[in-house]
Formats: sequence, structure tokens, C-alpha cells
Amino acid sequence: MREVRMDGPYRPAALGASAQGLLGRPVDRYDGAAKVSGTAGYAFEGAPEGTLYGHVVGAEIGAGRVLSVDVAAAEAMPGVVAVIHDDPRMPSGEANSEHAPKVGPADRIHHYGQPIAIVVAESQEAARAAAGAVRIDYAPSEGRFDSRAAEVEHDHKLGFLPTIRRGDLDAALAEAEVVFDERYATPVHFPAALEPHATIAWWDGDRLTVRASLQIVGAARTAIAVALDMPEAKVRVLAPYVGGGFGGKTGVGPETILAAIAARRTGRPVKIALPRRQIAYLGHHRTDTVQRLRIGCNRDGRISAIAHEGVAAQKEDRTFLEPIPFGTLPLYAGKVRHFATSLVRVDLPGTGAVRAPGEAIGTFAIECAMDELAERLGLDPIELRRRNEPETDPLSGKPFSTRRLLDCYDEGARRFGWDRRAATPGSVREGEWLIGAGMAASLRGNFTVKSEARVTLDADGRAVIETDMTDIGTGTYTILAQVAGEMLGLGVDRIDVRLGDSEMPPSAGSGGSFGAGSSASAVALACEDILAELARRMNAAPEELSLKDGVVTAGGRSTPLADLVRGKPIVASGRMGPGKESKATSQASHGAHFCEVAVNGVTGEVRVRRMLGVFDVGRVLNEKTARSQIVGGVIWGIAYALSEDGVVDVRSGRFVNPDFGEYHVAVNADVPQIECHFIEEVDDHANPAGAKAVGELGISGAGAAVANAVYNATGVRVRDFPITLDKLLPGLPPV
Amino acid sequence: MKTFDYARADSPEAAVAAADEETRFIAGGTNLLDLMKLQVMTPAKLVDISRLDLNRIEDMDEGGLRIGALVANSDLAADTRVRSRYAVLSRALLAGASGQLRNKASTGGNLLQRTRCYYFYDTASRCNKREPGSGCDAREGFNRIHAVLGTSEQCIATHPGDMPVAMRALDVVIVTLKKDGDRRRIPIADFYRLPGDTPQIETVLYPGELITHVELPPAPRGRQIYRKVRDRASYAFALVSVAGIASVEDGRIASAALAFGGLAHMPWRDPAVEAALIGQPPSTEAFNAAADALLTGARGFGHNDFKLPLARRTLIAVLRDLTGDAS
Repeated sequence: MREVRMDGPYRPAALGASAQGLLGRPVDRYDGAAKVSGTAGYAFEGAPEGTLYGHVVGAEIGAGRVLSVDVAAAEAMPGVVAVIHDDPRMPSGEANSEHAPKVGPADRIHHYGQPIAIVVAESQEAARAAAGAVRIDYAPSEGRFDSRAAEVEHDHKLGFLPTIRRGDLDAALAEAEVVFDERYATPVHFPAALEPHATIAWWDGDRLTVRASLQIVGAARTAIAVALDMPEAKVRVLAPYVGGGFGGKTGVGPETILAAIAARRTGRPVKIALPRRQIAYLGHHRTDTVQRLRIGCNRDGRISAIAHEGVAAQKEDRTFLEPIPFGTLPLYAGKVRHFATSLVRVDLPGTGAVRAPGEAIGTFAIECAMDELAERLGLDPIELRRRNEPETDPLSGKPFSTRRLLDCYDEGARRFGWDRRAATPGSVREGEWLIGAGMAASLRGNFTVKSEARVTLDADGRAVIETDMTDIGTGTYTILAQVAGEMLGLGVDRIDVRLGDSEMPPSAGSGGSFGAGSSASAVALACEDILAELARRMNAAPEELSLKDGVVTAGGRSTPLADLVRGKPIVASGRMGPGKESKATSQASHGAHFCEVAVNGVTGEVRVRRMLGVFDVGRVLNEKTARSQIVGGVIWGIAYALSEDGVVDVRSGRFVNPDFGEYHVAVNADVPQIECHFIEEVDDHANPAGAKAVGELGISGAGAAVANAVYNATGVRVRDFPITLDKLLPGLPPV
Repeated sequence: MKTFDYARADSPEAAVAAADEETRFIAGGTNLLDLMKLQVMTPAKLVDISRLDLNRIEDMDEGGLRIGALVANSDLAADTRVRSRYAVLSRALLAGASGQLRNKASTGGNLLQRTRCYYFYDTASRCNKREPGSGCDAREGFNRIHAVLGTSEQCIATHPGDMPVAMRALDVVIVTLKKDGDRRRIPIADFYRLPGDTPQIETVLYPGELITHVELPPAPRGRQIYRKVRDRASYAFALVSVAGIASVEDGRIASAALAFGGLAHMPWRDPAVEAALIGQPPSTEAFNAAADALLTGARGFGHNDFKLPLARRTLIAVLRDLTGDAS
């Protein structure tokens, strides 16, 4: 086992120095052929013989108590095998490794749709039909369904981001020559993964296997063991292919626990796929927020004080809290700094991590505020940002590991043609259309998470990579193959990657954009051990080795890799974890988004014409998958700016639009040409792979760039997102 | 989904014979199946008409077209006769749904598309259309997509279609076959009903009555435009849509047909709008007068108040394009 804690900068010698030339290249997806040919098995597929279907029965009130549950009629329906509502381990909500929801047969109802029972039947249709026959009597009570009306708690212990009050804000704002103070609001966001939450559970004696759509296998295993009160060692979790997560699958949904309970009770495997509308209630969503952004600066735009405060909602028994100002922390200079997220408790499904928690919505406030402030000061938005670019982390004083944000502005402005933007809003018109351009900074904090992998060089000279890491559509299979291929001198076709099995070495999992850097580092470390062994067999020092296309060369001698293995596979493991360096430096990925929009002057319809971004993400492991990650993020940003809007009916605690018909993610026609460029600087402080956060960087600031472009086009500043046409209409010129 | 009986018909006559009060005909199923999965609609029986010989577009003697009820939206939109003579219909069809849905959705079924009211879809909500007498959660609820014209105490839902709006402007005739074997020719002006006290009854069709054809009259004079305003560029229902047909002769508007989507329980057409235009020279004043006529009696319910100015602005823009210089 080669173990590296990031106590100092570390770069494996063989990474990027090898002859194979594989790393960073836009290699096609390792799993692409399997996915497009339908042979990649997702959670709901490949069920064992005799599998039953489950359907979760949810509460039909938003708050109150369950008085009685009558399952007799449902049990009597054709095809029904069992209706379970009384198991002491019934989950009331989503679980994760730190948090298990209150369990037991439902008594108090915390939100509409809370699981009350599970119907198990021979077919999905029979289970669904019988679910409607379960009779539940309730004693409803007044619910807290309106997050804007609920009492705000400032003093709470939720979330990982504490309240920060550096310096005297009131005094600083009183002294400032220019004071900016505006409020912004963002709505509920659903993760909206295309693959629904799904599980197959089966028992072999007292051992449970769960095949599910999950982002983090290890944490899921822990959560399942806790929820079912059984030893972790007897739980196996499989998640070989995941059809998108977007944060929504970071925990373990109640349907997974219910499937396991039902499989135990019936003695047969049970599978459940949640219908789209039910996902909104059994999974989590991103809280809506209200945010206040205050900036004090002088007439030159030099910031002396910055305060980013917001209010986020959470249900009663959950501890997550959206870290609203997280991305603002290190973004701009300013001595006085206040950051806080206050809490409102609501009787709604839980809020949780969704697509860049914090940055995705916090950047709407800070990056629109900078745009507004620049206009008030008569400065170009980039110039205002440039004047406030800090040399070290403005909050912690730590050095940045790497930070190429100014380069991103410059390169982006040059490629976009920023100098051709008309600074006066509403001044460019093409027929009915009002044209505008906007930009925003992008920042996503980088996390280093403990991750382990095993690499086996087999007798044929092929490499096998094993880790419980997941590929949620991000490209994990491909980048891990590239890292090993680069270091061991093998083409991707000589590498097998096996993921998503809790029997394999535990990894970071997919979430928080930490998966690629962390898991790639573990693979790199394992490969270093293999190289050391190969060097020993070649009687050479590891740094003398050159490996290419399955041949090892050292000191003028060349030997096929398979010959060196000599019939006995070489097995090595690598483990990487955070260390002193992770705390000693301020680490983030950076970028700059540029956007051109056309707003219809008659109707207020917004069409994004082009988006362009330049990003500093450390090492680019695969130019194609990294680009796809960014492009996906930018698309989410477009939709956050213009259309995604989860609406709660505050009378009932139900979602008004929990489906793809009325919850408007961007469709192809909404997505224009998106250009993505990287400024690559390997970050040896971050992790051995030198790669930093990519996935969520594309979202952060993208929506703000769209919003700023809409303002530039129309002169209408909308601070209540999304910017739907009804909000623009009153400010548009008469027809 | 509730258990239901299924029968496949081999002729229109057999289809209506197999139908009773609790029966629904199924063709593309693009709307019905979704609603059945959600138990918003729970027919006891489905009669599958998808294999009937009703999928042709035929020339009629007087110059119109006779469209079989099973002609897919994609095929109707792509028909060269429709594209050249009834551009407003082709445009409206292509503005609806997505490519996959248009390949499956039928002409007859599209006329009968149900509303997208959120509360109609949510079986836990009160909805007079889904469950008569239960109440309406939309009036005091989130009603951004709801109607502003022809609403009732019982229902403020909109008809969600695009194709029927164009057909309303084109004055199509809907041909049906009744259970008793009689055929009816129903002008589209008489086909739909306002919600009134019975929002669950959306058309004048009798139970078990089958739409077999839609007849397009000879092509109208003048320009044709379909303009749809929506929350995203594709795959979204109209907030407001306008199907407009108009001709200008000697500097005055000689003919005008204007139908509206997204505003009412049915494709909306008001003779007063057209009367305000015909005989007038094209001008902002005339267009505003038409908008005034359209919006007389219109009212919002809060979230949908914006539809009033949006309808006015969209109508004016459409009228400009219909009557402006061709250059």
C-alpha cells in the first residue's frame, strides 16, 4: 500500500512524464459503447430470478399524525405479496453516513409524501394499483410550508460553514464612499437526474446486497447498515452505472431501505424505481434562498467590506444547510468580511446537496452584485474584479495553491470579444431582439477526500483497476484508465476498470467535484508501487523506466510487460488523503463565464446566443470529459438563470411542478454554442493527480453571467430568479 | 395505474360499438397514458384505434384537405399541401411538444388533449375537472399558466394545444362517428366548451363518439403566422399563442382570422377582435383596438396577470407581421 497524505506538494514522477502520452487527451468514454448499445446495466436492470416490485405509499398530508393504517384491501388485490407499514426500521426520510432519519412506523408526518408503507407485488402495475388501496387515517395539523413566512433562526448549528464576522461591518459601511445593498432570491431546485432513484435488494442468509443508483458507495453501505441495524460487513452495495446524480443520490433514499426490508419480509428480491413525481418527495431538493449582499468600497471600486448573508430552509430532523456564501469567501479582497446562512425550519421534504451547493446560487448574488456595482461606479465589470483580486486568501490569509482567475478574465475577454460589448444597457437592437453581453467569475472550492484503489497487473500484461468509486456520467471509468495507462505504458484497451462495488477499496465517491482528483490520485499511487516492483525486476531505478505500449525500457534494455510479470500478477494499492498542505493552502478552481443573450423586445423571451468560459482546474485528466463536465454545468447555469423553478404550494406543502413537464430544465433548443477553454496548471498542493474541481465549476457563476447579459440587453435587473419573461415585461419598451 | 379492459378495433364502426360511458379511445396515447399512470384518468376500458385506416391526408373537391384522425402530428406538419397552403397549421404543429411526441401524437387525440393545470395532475388536490364538485385549488393557488378569458368559478384551466389554435383560425370541421352510426360534422367553433359549471366536459362529443376526420376548408387568403410564447425554447406549453391569418387590400385589412392559445379553456376566437381590424388601415391604433376587444372581460388570478399585457404585445407584433410590407 502506497499511502500519501497531502502534508506537502506531491507529484508522482511518472505522471505526465511517461512515453504513453495518454493523460489529458480527449480519449473517448471507456463505457461509451456499453451505454449507447444498452449493455451498461443500471440499478433497475439485471434483477435476480423471482424479483418482486415495490411501490412506496406516501403520506397525503403535509403535517400531522397518522392515526391508523389499513392494508387489508391492498393485500387482497391481485398480485400483491405483502404490504408493510409496521417494521420498526421504516425510514422517514433520506439517510447518509452521518445522519439516519428517525425510524419506525410513521407517527408524526414531517412532510407530504413521507413514506408510510410499501406495497410489494408480482408486477410494478399491481404494486402501484394496490398502493392506492392502502387506507390511512390522519390527524392533520398546521404545517410550516412557506419558507418566507417561517421564523428565521440565526443561532443554529447546522451545516459545515459557520457564521463568519470579521471586523465591524456597520462602521466599514458607514465609512465607505460607495455602499451597495441589494437582496436576491433563488427558488427550489430539483437535482433532476434522468435515471430515477432505483434499487434492487436481495438477501443471502443474513447478507444483504443492494444494487442502487448512488453517488457514494461507501457512505451508502454505512447508512444502510445503520438504518437496518446490522453489521456493515454484511452489506454489499453495487452501483456500477449511475444515470446522473447532481447531488440527489449522495445519500440513501428511503426506497432503498424499504426494498431491503421488503426483501427480508418476502424472502424474494425486491426492486423499486421511484416515479418522477415521487422523487421530489422521497429525495431531497435545494432550498430556496433569500440573500442580502452588501459591499462597501471607495470610488475606485476598492472593496473595504463585503457581507453575504442568506436564509436557507431545512426540515426538522436534518442537519445539512446550504452554504450560501461559500463561493464568496475567497473571491474578492476586502478587510471586513461577514458571511452567514440563517435557518428556517419547514415541514417540507429535506433540503440537501444539489449541483454545487452554495456556489450555484450564491454566485447569483455576488456576481450580479459586482455587475451592478461596476455600473454604479462607471467601471467595466472585469476591471472592478481585477481591482479586487486578492494576493492571498482574503479571509484566511493563506496562500492560494494556484489561482489563475485574472488569466481566465483576460483570455475569456479576448476570445469572447468583450471589448465590443456596449456598456449602456438596452442599446443594441436587432429587429425585435435586444442584444446584451454579460460576464461573471466562477469559483468552486476544492476538496481532497480520502480515496483508495487497487491496481493489478495481470499475467497478460493487462491492468485491472478496482475501487468503489462511481461514474455518474462524469467520466470516472475513462480518466482512471488514462492515469493507469499513462503510468504503466498501456493503451486504454489494455485496462479494465471496475467500479461501484463496496467490496472494492473505498473511495471518495462522486460529490462535491472531489471524485476525479481524489480517485485518480489513489490509482496513481498504486501505479507508483507497481512501477517500483517493475524497476526492481528490471534491476533499474523507477525513474529510469520508460513504458510504452506494453513494453518497459530501462538502461537500453526493453522487455514486454507480460514477461516481467512472469505469470504472477502484481497487485498494488494506493491511498490518498488530505493532510497539512490541504489546510495550509487555499484551494479552489476558477473561471470566467461570458454570455451573449437576445431578449425579445415584444415578449421578454430570453434566448442565450453563446456562452464562453475559460477555466483553471489544475490538471485536465481528459480534455473531452472535462469539457463535457463544464458544458453540463453551464447548461444548468442557463436553466437556473432562466427557467428552473420548483414551486411549493404553501397551503399544502406539496410541490406544484415535480415533473419534467412543468419543471423546466434547459432543453436542446435552449442551449447555444458553448465554448470551454482550459488554462492548465497542475496543482501539486491539491492532490497527487494535480487535478481540482471541475463538475460544479461550470455551474458556478454561469447563471449570473446570463443574468448580467439580460440586464445589459434590456436595462431590467431581475433579482428574483429565475428570470422568466413576466418579470421582464414591465421594463420592456412599448410595442 | 388502475386495471382496465383493452380492445382493439378493426373499423371505426367496431370502435364505437365497443365503447361505452367509461371507455376512452387510444391512438398515440401520449397524453392519456401519462394521465392513467397518475390515476388522473381511470377509464374502465380502452379501445385501441391506432390500427384503423384513418391516417391519410386527402384532397377534397372544393379545394380543402381531409385529414384522417390518426395522421401523426409530424406527418401533418410535413405534408407539402399543408406547408404551402396552411402554413399556420404546420407552424403550430411544430411548435408543440417534442419530435418524439409529434411522431406519436394523432390529429384526433391532439384535439382532445387535457389541460396542464398543476392541480388537475396532482390527485391530492381539489379539482372540479378531475373530480367534479371537489373544488378548485388553482384559483387561490399557483396559477401562472392559467386562463384569463372565459373562466368560471369552478375552473380556470387552459387548453394546452397548439394545433387546435391554428385549426380554430382556419375554421376546420371535425367529423365524427356516433355510437348510433350517425356521422356529425362539427365546426370547430362549436366543438369546445367553456368550463362553466361542468369543467369535466370539454367538448360537445357524446360518450363513445369517435373523431374520424378533420376537414380543412380551402386555403384562406393572405398571410399566416403562428407565434407561440413560452418559458423555454421548446417542449413547453404556450403562455400565449396567436394563430393569425390576414390579408390587406388597397391599404386596408380585408380579412382577418385570429385565434389564441394559453388564454382560455379552449382555443379562443372573438369576432370583435376581427371586427376591430377589418376595413381599417394597418396601424398601431387598430391593433390596440383589436387587443382591447380581445381583453375586454379578461382577468388574471395573480400569478397569471402578466398574460394580459403579454397577449396584447404578442397580438400587436403578429398583426404587424401579418399586415406589414413584405420586404
